[in-house]
Amino acid sequence: MTSAPHVALTSPLLTWTTIVAVAATAVAGDCLTAGAMRRIGDLDDIRAHSGLTGAIKAVISSPLFLVGVLSMALSFFTLLFTLSRVDVSLAAPASASLTFIGNAAAAKLFLHENVDRRRWLAALFVCVGVALLAR
Amino acid sequence: MAHTLTPARYLVLLAVMLTASVGDTLLSHGMAQVGPVSLSHLGLLLHALANPWIIAGILCLLGFFASYLSALSWADLTFVLPSTAFGYIIVALLAHFWQHEHISPARWAGILLIVCGVGFVANGPSLTEHPPVAQPPGAALDPLLGTEPLGADPVAPHQIGPRA
Repeated sequence: MTSAPHVALTSPLLTWTTIVAVAATAVAGDCLTAGAMRRIGDLDDIRAHSGLTGAIKAVISSPLFLVGVLSMALSFFTLLFTLSRVDVSLAAPASASLTFIGNAAAAKLFLHENVDRRRWLAALFVCVGVALLAR
Repeated sequence: MAHTLTPARYLVLLAVMLTASVGDTLLSHGMAQVGPVSLSHLGLLLHALANPWIIAGILCLLGFFASYLSALSWADLTFVLPSTAFGYIIVALLAHFWQHEHISPARWAGILLIVCGVGFVANGPSLTEHPPVAQPPGAALDPLLGTEPLGADPVAPHQIGPRA
């Protein structure tokens, strides 16, 4: 054998493609569910008005929410796939850190949240902190 | 200041971080008992559903999702995510004091950074106030967005540090 198959499995390209895929689907899931919740409105108000079942119905009848959950599920299975090929000590913190930064950018772009300097700093600090925790 | 959180809402954020970290720890404890699952033996995953630790973990994570969605319904995503990153610290402290795991200086540095990050957002407003668009005069204002329209200026007044 000239080249061992496991070398190809853990090539940097595949490693980072899968990690970015995990983060991208996670960001999509978070932003879609956050957008859905923003459209639905304050759940406390809905619950006060039409009870817990009313609140649950409002959430699960939102197509945006369902697509968001689908993205989260996709992210979970991509993570499982990644973990089968990449060390957990790299894959988990790298994807979590990328998700934090990606979420800050996506929330500003798509949800039009006011991501001011303090929120950018928070995302950056948490991102580096998560990477350090995994050491 | 607008959109400072009530104590009940801080409790929801606390529930988000606790249920997420405890749920993950329970799942990991349960899966360690079940053993490694390979692609050719996916049936073992169904078997894992009978493990009490896994059941407790799933219940915890259901609670997490409910409180997470509830938090997102009254706060920004970029507020909820860093605040609940506090859960990472809870896991590290649980590992240190309960499981007696060794926490390296790099990890303590990571914990410190996350605490700082959480401190940054916790001092700010929890929800972006958008100027109401195309609202007919006299219409009831959205209770979520408050009663104080900001006008067309996209730069919010609470943005820190004026540009020199």
